[in-house]
Amino acid sequence: MSDYNFAYLDEQTKRMIRRAILKGLAVPGYQVPFASREMPMPYGWGTGGVQVSAASLTPDDTLKVIDQGADDTTNAVSIRKFFEKTAGVETTEETEKASIIQTRHRIPEAELTEDQILVYQVPIPEPLRFLEPRETETRKMHALQEYGLMHVKLYEDISQHGAIATAYAYPVKVEGRYVMDPSPIPKFDNPKMEMAAIQLFGAGREQRIYAVPPYTKVVSLDFEDYPFEASKADHACDLCAAKDSYLDEVILDDAGNRMFVCSDTDYCRSRRDAGHTGRLGEEAA
Amino acid sequence: MYVAVKGGERAIDNAHAWLAEERRGDTDVAELSYAQIREQLSLAVNRVMAEGSLYDPDLAALAIKQSRGDLIEAIFLIRAYRTTLPRFGYTLPVETGEMACDRRISATFKDAPGGQVLGPTFDYTHRLLDFKLAADGEVPEAPVADPRMEATPHIAEFLQGEDIIEREPSSDAVPGDLTREPMSFPAGRAVRLQSLARGDEGFILGMAYSTQRGYARNHAFVGELRIGTVPVEIEIPELGFAVEIGEVELTECETVNQFKGSKTVPPQFTRGYGLVFGQSERKSIAMALVDRALRWEELGEDNLGAPAQDEEFVLSHADNIQATGFLEHIKLPHYVDFQSELELVRKLRHEAAELAETLAAREAAE
Repeated sequence: MSDYNFAYLDEQTKRMIRRAILKGLAVPGYQVPFASREMPMPYGWGTGGVQVSAASLTPDDTLKVIDQGADDTTNAVSIRKFFEKTAGVETTEETEKASIIQTRHRIPEAELTEDQILVYQVPIPEPLRFLEPRETETRKMHALQEYGLMHVKLYEDISQHGAIATAYAYPVKVEGRYVMDPSPIPKFDNPKMEMAAIQLFGAGREQRIYAVPPYTKVVSLDFEDYPFEASKADHACDLCAAKDSYLDEVILDDAGNRMFVCSDTDYCRSRRDAGHTGRLGEEAA
Repeated sequence: MYVAVKGGERAIDNAHAWLAEERRGDTDVAELSYAQIREQLSLAVNRVMAEGSLYDPDLAALAIKQSRGDLIEAIFLIRAYRTTLPRFGYTLPVETGEMACDRRISATFKDAPGGQVLGPTFDYTHRLLDFKLAADGEVPEAPVADPRMEATPHIAEFLQGEDIIEREPSSDAVPGDLTREPMSFPAGRAVRLQSLARGDEGFILGMAYSTQRGYARNHAFVGELRIGTVPVEIEIPELGFAVEIGEVELTECETVNQFKGSKTVPPQFTRGYGLVFGQSERKSIAMALVDRALRWEELGEDNLGAPAQDEEFVLSHADNIQATGFLEHIKLPHYVDFQSELELVRKLRHEAAELAETLAAREAAE
């Protein structure tokens, strides 16, 4: 692949993307338009995240790519391979060893550090999109901090269902200013967004980049009498016995038996390596 | 027992190997060359060039071969390749009035300078399957005439003399480039036309058809449709003048539309415009209709709330590479999100059942 520049994109394009990233970091939660390029993978499959990662990578970086928390899901494998080929950077599955982590739908369980960048793949960057389909309108609403519609939506949830019926892509307010879509992570992950690492969000098809700098205030929207609740399946991991990690439910047979396992595969592996064993840990090993 | 979903990498490699085999098909049947595709499936090649935004018949043919004939997949291959090409500069605007026309028809005049030239068209063929073609693709030689050497003037120019059709204001402003700047609204006509030119043929066709059926109807006459080649020129800074670097085949359509006039403008015909790479007749006519519908605001017409009048709606959904990518991404794993929904719905159902029980108990007590 020597015909392509380091990390696929040409330097001018990377520069343009870096400018958008810096602007995003300067105005946390604000969606910066950028001239997204056509990548050799389809729109909707992480082209925004890939472009942000490509613009952030240096030859000394170590890259980790996860999808649904796992390193071995097909699209994570495909994106990791892409950067192995086009950037030749080292890759890892270990969260601690990665300097850049590209993710889809999850934040790793292990606490991230100041030396790390978390890059999110974002399908629909606009948190107000399903309340107002027009970009011309939603940009105005952000400019005027007109977020009443969002609160009405959450209120209607409560009056209809007795609870806020949003389980993932749960909207947050960043540093008291912009309402932001955290990408479709489960709301369990929302509290982790106040972290030491830099968080960058890339939406390729929608041509938007946004960012949350380290230690920025990120508040999940709620009401005093209906406070936000980060929820997960009420079980422990059947492989590593973790009670604090987000769990996937796996159907075992047609008799309705199921097991719960960590969605973060690296977290689960490291716990099992450290000697933790869950209900079905022995059998699976 | 539980088998971890491992081995994604090997599964992907094997799937791709199988795909390559399927693409080739039965090896007892001769392999297609890209030259055969370029020569014998040229309208598919044209569509891939138009929506791929890259004029290269050889590469488009290769993309069609690689994509097993899935034209949107082929367009995607061309778009991705196009991203990697360096940009040396911009050509001068092509002069379609100097087109060497293979086809040129007008629906608004019985005859006009330059004549009605049918060219290689499906029009007036009877759509009967030609079983002879299955056995033998040889064709008799078509009759030949001397080409017209003089330029073929645009039909609209004849109407312009009377001022009975709107004049296109000339401008030296540099048009926007939707491949270099993020789309924002209002996009302006230049970017709008770029977007329509590379937009999905089916989508543009559907939008255009909707205007014909009354959703922002603006009856269109095909003032002119022409297909042919034009020279492409680029200015070389070191030389100080433009040189011809090649030629491209284009289809151009200009519609003449009714216009009642407004407070400021007396009744006058208006125009819609379509320009597409290659022989892409359906696309260029559809593009002209949609262009005209989108111009309601500058012409002081009413917004009837029709989809084809809505710039943001049309331009945001015209690109088939964006659309197909996002549509098909829902087959990627979403089990984390699904899990969170699963828990939420279980919780809500549990609460609803409890409530029903309490109510039933209260009723029984009364």
